[in-house]
Amino acid sequence: MTPTGNVLGSTPRRADAWEKVSGRAEYVDDLSIPGLWFGGTLRSAVPRGRLRGISRRESFDWSRVVVVTASDLPGPNEVAMVRSDHPILAADAVNFVGQPLALVAAPDRQTLAAALGALVPDVEEAPAVLTLEEAQEGRTVIWGADNVLAAYVLGDEEDAVAEAFSRADRIVEGTYTTGYQEHLYLEPQGMVALPREDGGVEVTGSLQCPYYVHRALQRALGLEDHRIAVRQAVTGGGFGGKEDYPSVLAIHAALLARASGRPVKMVLGRNEDLRFSTKRHPSVVRHRTGVRSDGTLCAAEVDVLFDGGAYTTMSPVVLSRGALHALGAYRVPRARVTARALATNTPPNGAFRGFGAPQTIFAVERHMDLIARELGISPLEVRRRNLLRRGDRLPCGQILTEEPGASLVLERAQALAKYETRHGTLRKEGRGLGLSLFIHGGGFTGSGEEKIDGRVAVEIGAGGRVEILASSTEMGQGAATVLPQIGAQALGLPLDRIFHPAPATDRVPDSGPTVASRTVMVVGRILVGACEDLAAKVARRLEEAAGLPEGSVTWREGTFRGPGFPEKSFEGVLDQWKDRLQGLRGEGRYAPFPDLHWDDDAYRGDAYKDYSWGANVVEVAVDPDRHTLTLCAVTAVVEIGRAVHPLLAEGQVAGGTLQALGYGGMEDLRIDDRGRYLQDRLSTYSIPTALDAPDLVVEIAEIPSPRGPFGAKGLGELPINGGAPALASAVEDATGVFISTIPITGERLFAHRRDGLSDEPS
Amino acid sequence: MLNEEDRRITGTFSVNGRSRSWSFSPEATLLHVLRDHGHTEVKNGCEEGECGACLVLLDGKPVPSCQVFAATARDREITTVRALGTIHAPHPIQEAFVEVGAVQCGFCTPGIVLATAALLRENPNPSDEDIIHALDGQKCRCTGYVKIIEAVRLAARRGRHE
Repeated sequence: MTPTGNVLGSTPRRADAWEKVSGRAEYVDDLSIPGLWFGGTLRSAVPRGRLRGISRRESFDWSRVVVVTASDLPGPNEVAMVRSDHPILAADAVNFVGQPLALVAAPDRQTLAAALGALVPDVEEAPAVLTLEEAQEGRTVIWGADNVLAAYVLGDEEDAVAEAFSRADRIVEGTYTTGYQEHLYLEPQGMVALPREDGGVEVTGSLQCPYYVHRALQRALGLEDHRIAVRQAVTGGGFGGKEDYPSVLAIHAALLARASGRPVKMVLGRNEDLRFSTKRHPSVVRHRTGVRSDGTLCAAEVDVLFDGGAYTTMSPVVLSRGALHALGAYRVPRARVTARALATNTPPNGAFRGFGAPQTIFAVERHMDLIARELGISPLEVRRRNLLRRGDRLPCGQILTEEPGASLVLERAQALAKYETRHGTLRKEGRGLGLSLFIHGGGFTGSGEEKIDGRVAVEIGAGGRVEILASSTEMGQGAATVLPQIGAQALGLPLDRIFHPAPATDRVPDSGPTVASRTVMVVGRILVGACEDLAAKVARRLEEAAGLPEGSVTWREGTFRGPGFPEKSFEGVLDQWKDRLQGLRGEGRYAPFPDLHWDDDAYRGDAYKDYSWGANVVEVAVDPDRHTLTLCAVTAVVEIGRAVHPLLAEGQVAGGTLQALGYGGMEDLRIDDRGRYLQDRLSTYSIPTALDAPDLVVEIAEIPSPRGPFGAKGLGELPINGGAPALASAVEDATGVFISTIPITGERLFAHRRDGLSDEPS
Repeated sequence: MLNEEDRRITGTFSVNGRSRSWSFSPEATLLHVLRDHGHTEVKNGCEEGECGACLVLLDGKPVPSCQVFAATARDREITTVRALGTIHAPHPIQEAFVEVGAVQCGFCTPGIVLATAALLRENPNPSDEDIIHALDGQKCRCTGYVKIIEAVRLAARRGRHE
């Protein structure tokens, strides 16, 4: 890898800035498509049962619309994802309120609503499982033999852990509970499908992962690869919410487009989106830890339970990441983690920024505070004594061969916020300070990246501009700006000579999904390989043109050199030869690291290529009468290897931190006795506004990593891991009440103060 | 029962300084009528007046267009973000948003830019508290509001020095 440009680390304007700030950016609902019909979904009103049939009221003129039911499907009735248990439309079993039963397309919205109202499902209701407790009891089995969607055991053998416990001075136990969270991307889910004359289909939508949608369509419609094209429209936020759910919506829209022979749009209203799209998995995490009296950890057992909802979706993968992050940023000599995701008759939960880690990091961070509390040492000190250092071993067996950023971010955050001197001193003012230290693995877990085997191409286009062909999507995080920066750096090009347009599967290779904090670290590295390939091909062309033998022109440090050949930059070559080089294409492919290994069966090895680190200090004020929280000041320090675009990186950290504080403090989402979300509107599901937002200080630290391009590691998810536990810790500092459940709503804080673990005088 | 066509009403609107005559159903909100006539810069984020993505200026005052019946906006001045500058001459507020990194997914941006324009017209020298209150109806999930508030401060500062 040859660092040639000076674009990396600079802060150019976003590639999509003007179109967004001017209102010209076209999101899927903004596309003008002649002859467009509107699609809608008939949904189950019962949480569990058997669909006996769907009758059509005779008063409605059915010739005006098309209706699709499970019996009309051209292929297998499954939304291809991790497993094939998720039906496109219920054929027989119904497993959650809102499950799609039939689809309707109509020429206008009024006719669509009338048709949906004229379809009458007949569902024989059966007993439902709505909570993790019921799923665990297993008296009613709704999935597999035991309601278990996924299970993992990782870490050391039981005997070794028991032996380590015997050396502890004290055992500390705690149980931690987290609720649902809705992504609340500002742009709701949406998809448009166009039938093609060759029987194929073209789908454009708000989505993170074009090839996930592509493969789901291929499976559902039984179409050959080349008869499907999936294009990304401008996407108004994802946060994981547009990772798996768009496959469902795309299949539905495509079925209606094929049935009607017309373009069909399905855009969810906010209420429909809140009720039926995926959420963050609720969790219960139990910790049992052996500690020495000086606060060092000897042994740990962690049990993780996630509520997966009615079908598998991404639950095994989310659970896996949750389990691998269960001991956070700490060194535990012997540890064992057991983890299960259970099925309930609620809408399927899915991918959400952090992907299981926010739940388990909340638990371990609170547990570290509990250990500190029981031993009478400070939360800062207990972290200092146990944080991961170079050479330490993670529970999965991975040895940290690079310097971890844990100590750096912890000390910097505590210094910026003056935690050490101020913690424990603010209670009389009704305030408190809380601290968290956290970790996030970049890229797919285990051998995931090797299986994805991502590809990126770069192509010289008209006018000598280089186009990046990658399936990574811009959803607000800045991919359309930072990938060109990485390419420009690799080629020594000015940024205006390279661009990354929104991907379409008939144009770009599969670089893998835009998830798992992998776009910069993993796709960016593949992109550098593609750039090097392009430079090598340009060198061959230069040799041919000059009649030089192969190998005489080289590309090094941003310059083409050869005998009797004037030195040229990539830009100089493009300027001079753009027409002759047009169409030349460099290709890159994921290159495994020979020194990293993962054993899927043993669930052991190098779980992630590298880790990013973060620390938060939250200062909160607690209203003693109303039990409400006010965020005063928040400090967020992250170590991400190298910031490609520091301004965008700060934006990611600030946004993710506030999303985490919403998760911890105010985003209260519960279900009723039918498994329906009680907070299904924006007026009842509250996310932080400018008024709720604290003074937020963001600092980015850099310890360049050998695993990412120019030293860069993952960033997107990291900031969501630490806000909730730091907030809970701050509430503890302010009130003396130990909080083990989020969100910390007023009523919950009141109950905690009444019943919970407290050092308040009673 | 009257059919949909018979029930439609017509009205004249002044949108970004241009007079437009549209027919629409009496229940239609201003949001839908604007979007149905090509003003897709007005975004539909919740349809209950909570997110601010559909904000327009009605006679200069910021309102969520999903909470206004189109019929009541007839013969009034409607301003959308399209009125605010061109790619060659962006409005200073737009410049500030781009410059400080206040734009991420962009879906909330047109509403927030307009809310800022309304604020700075009324109060060219807003305190941070004024800014926060002016933006309180505008939800954003990407930025944590830090850079948005910075952008408003910058636009205000530049506006005063013009």
